[in-house]
Amino acid sequence: MPFIPNTDAERTEMLNTIGVESVEELFSDIPAHLRIQKLDLPDGVSEMEALAALDALAERNAQTTKMDWFVGAGAYNSYIPSLVPALASRGEFLTAYTPYQPEVSQGTLQAIFEYQSMAAKLLGMPVVNASHYDGATALAEAVLMAWKAKEGRNRILLPADLHPEYAKVIATYLTSFDIELARYDGDPERASLDERTAAVVVAYPGFSGEVYPVEKAAARAHAAGALCIVQADPVMCAIFKSPGEQGADIVTAEGQSLGNPLNFGGPYLGMLGTTEALLRRMPGRIAGETKDKEGRRGFVLTLSTREQHIRREKAVSNICSNQGLSMLQTCIYLAALGKQGLRHVAKQSYDKAHYAAELIGRIPGFRVATKQFFREFLVQTPKPAADIARALAKKGIVPGLPVSRYFPDKPNELLVCVTEMNSRPQIERLAIALKEASK
Amino acid sequence: MNTMNMRDEPLVYELSRPGRIGCTLPRSDVPEYALPEGLVRTDLDLPELDELTVVRHFTRLSQKNFSIDTEFYPLGSCTMKYNPKANEAAAAHSGWKNLHPLVEPEHAQGALELLWRLQEALQKIGGFAAASLQPAAGAHGEFSGVLMIHAALKDRGELGRKKMLIPDSAHGTNPASCTMAGFVTQTIPSGPDGNIDIAALRAALDDTVAGIMITNPNTLGLFETNIEEICRLVHEAGGYVYGDGANMNALTGVFKPGSSGIDVMHFNLHKTFSTPHGGGGPGAGMIAANEALAPYLPGPVAVKRGESYRLEMPAKSIGQVKAFYGNFGVLVRAYTYLLMTGGNGLRRVAENAVLNANYLKALVEGVYPVPYKRHCMHEFVAKGTIVPGVHTLDIAKRLIDYGFHPPTIYFPLIVQEALMIEPTETESKETLDQYADAMLKIAKEAAEQPELLHDAPHNAPVARLDEVMAARCPILCYRG
Repeated sequence: MPFIPNTDAERTEMLNTIGVESVEELFSDIPAHLRIQKLDLPDGVSEMEALAALDALAERNAQTTKMDWFVGAGAYNSYIPSLVPALASRGEFLTAYTPYQPEVSQGTLQAIFEYQSMAAKLLGMPVVNASHYDGATALAEAVLMAWKAKEGRNRILLPADLHPEYAKVIATYLTSFDIELARYDGDPERASLDERTAAVVVAYPGFSGEVYPVEKAAARAHAAGALCIVQADPVMCAIFKSPGEQGADIVTAEGQSLGNPLNFGGPYLGMLGTTEALLRRMPGRIAGETKDKEGRRGFVLTLSTREQHIRREKAVSNICSNQGLSMLQTCIYLAALGKQGLRHVAKQSYDKAHYAAELIGRIPGFRVATKQFFREFLVQTPKPAADIARALAKKGIVPGLPVSRYFPDKPNELLVCVTEMNSRPQIERLAIALKEASK
Repeated sequence: MNTMNMRDEPLVYELSRPGRIGCTLPRSDVPEYALPEGLVRTDLDLPELDELTVVRHFTRLSQKNFSIDTEFYPLGSCTMKYNPKANEAAAAHSGWKNLHPLVEPEHAQGALELLWRLQEALQKIGGFAAASLQPAAGAHGEFSGVLMIHAALKDRGELGRKKMLIPDSAHGTNPASCTMAGFVTQTIPSGPDGNIDIAALRAALDDTVAGIMITNPNTLGLFETNIEEICRLVHEAGGYVYGDGANMNALTGVFKPGSSGIDVMHFNLHKTFSTPHGGGGPGAGMIAANEALAPYLPGPVAVKRGESYRLEMPAKSIGQVKAFYGNFGVLVRAYTYLLMTGGNGLRRVAENAVLNANYLKALVEGVYPVPYKRHCMHEFVAKGTIVPGVHTLDIAKRLIDYGFHPPTIYFPLIVQEALMIEPTETESKETLDQYADAMLKIAKEAAEQPELLHDAPHNAPVARLDEVMAARCPILCYRG
């Protein structure tokens, strides 16, 4: 096998040095009756054969690049500049471990620090950590963090209009704790807070695409002694007021659309930022700036007394491996797009989504239900949305997510997402096809 | 000696010049729409760089890293084996990268088949009844597993069982995962042979025990010889046994953990199954269970119905632990590796991982004391107590000057001045010989010129960094 260099002659020599007859002898601590000689799996194949098998599987999947694609719902079809994968896939980044030895990990550490810096500006927060598994787990950890920060309060207010998978992940994370998850409808400003409320979560935007301002909701939460957690779309934050600027205490986001491919749901990037006041309660790795003994700038993992390898059962979270490479992709993406580029991406998505909504809203029988949105909106359809989607798929158009996939009691709703990747002709074809499908 | 990039590299913000851009979009072909009043962002403080500046910056940063592709990286318990380039080639296919998670299942049959095949293969390797690929990392798998135990106890009406036993050699993630699942941990000491002290275990077993979390081989690199007895005792006391698969690289094709009585276990696909660690993830923490706990697995999982594949939640699932279906891109890489390695290759992986570790141990143990006189598995723990006044940290930093990544240090906590060394099967005898030579030379230097060690590293982009200052006055983002 090409991944094992030892030859038979070398193995013999090594066994002699160790002073044993055979490799099997090295396994003598394993009770003999539990040892096996071979697994019930096919023998290994060459790289050529393996890649052919993988390609054959990959070819059987639909690809956003080969269709007019209008599904988002937590995973967004965005452009990734060529330099992002080219740089992130360099072996020195790809095959390094978590930077425990800072002197020989300055590349990874400086990249984390730069990501933290850019992500903090984007979300409007003083600090952002080095990543979580995805947006959903980042939000679940934020809820736990808020609950622990507000001792004695055990109620968390979640928007009814939260991505259903995020709500499920939060429920799983809270399984063992006495925390009441209450849902509120509509404007977070009107969520009913009380003295038991530890935090109110604001979706910015919600699953339906609806955007409510955060500012008054955050002020009301603070007045009631609670924290305000915002789950944000980070691309939206390039042109909409950031959650931090509106008073959020913790901000989480799914960073996939900042330079990470769709990849059937992962690996993605959980972003989490907070205030100075809550910094030491924040889970996850954090890189910080310091100096070496000669006064040169350098970076280290810091505030690790929050973490499992130091604090064990008293750690703020169990997180260890996170999404380093996804974070790096986002870091490179943000550096390349920069101030102007990210605003272009956001504004084009906004304009194209609003153009699409305008066209769809004019089709008899269709109604755009979302009032204020960024790049995703809910459409009420005259026929079951799943039937429409099936009919359009035959024309190479994926018109949106039939909401019945998550909520069977909502058959006539279609969640349409338009990004910078959709062209005007695609949007116009979508409108025409929807009109035809409704007949 | 290494050839790292020693130049200071400015931050992206310091390289920024107003008006530059590193990527442009097509010109917009739709009308402009006004942003909602009161919600318009007026400033966005991101850097402005041209494309070449971005390319040079991140290329130079990469050159400040040690990595498997450039250096021997024997971090104990991290299994820094070679990450085959074919894994990357396979994962780069547009059929994976451009596959949306909410595509209709009939349009994702290739992806669902891959998930199903990987589940099947991994549960066979572990000797379990079913597997879920949802967890995104090892600790995420642990959290899922202890939640499964919680759910099973709940179904038995025994949520009063709050005590989870953790050997003193365990990774910190084990107790931290227990806390997140509402359990209270009790530490079980190791005996003089480095294994769990059976008498201490017996004493801890009462009707409040939920289970035990075991890493086998443990973090001393030693096989828990009494694994069957441990599982039997815990089961008799009404508890479950969780297996931490961080060290599975010692055992593939040699021992199936499920056959020894372990109920639920995670594998780190980013260790044993060769997917790259990426400077801190993404990983993948597959979790597998026996018949009794399989219904509680996190989901969705892939199932085969006739000739087609779909996603389903296990009957009594603890729920979802992340959005969608796991770190799918990592799973593609692990599956590619599994195809290339096969059942026969996996046994050779374990044989050579164990051979390499024992060989390296034999080369250095005359100078660096190894506290347990047994054959090790895929790694061994030695002590840096070679010369008074010289510490493990000094030895580790001096190894950098010789062009080697240091081993894991000061872990496990039960060995004083621990050096935890895991060479993996993908390293050649000459690399192990060179590394051992460096270790022995350093021991000589420690006696003759200890300042060489105290001041190390001498050949890295930065000297030792002030970690105390970093934590005391945290600077966590650019303050220009």
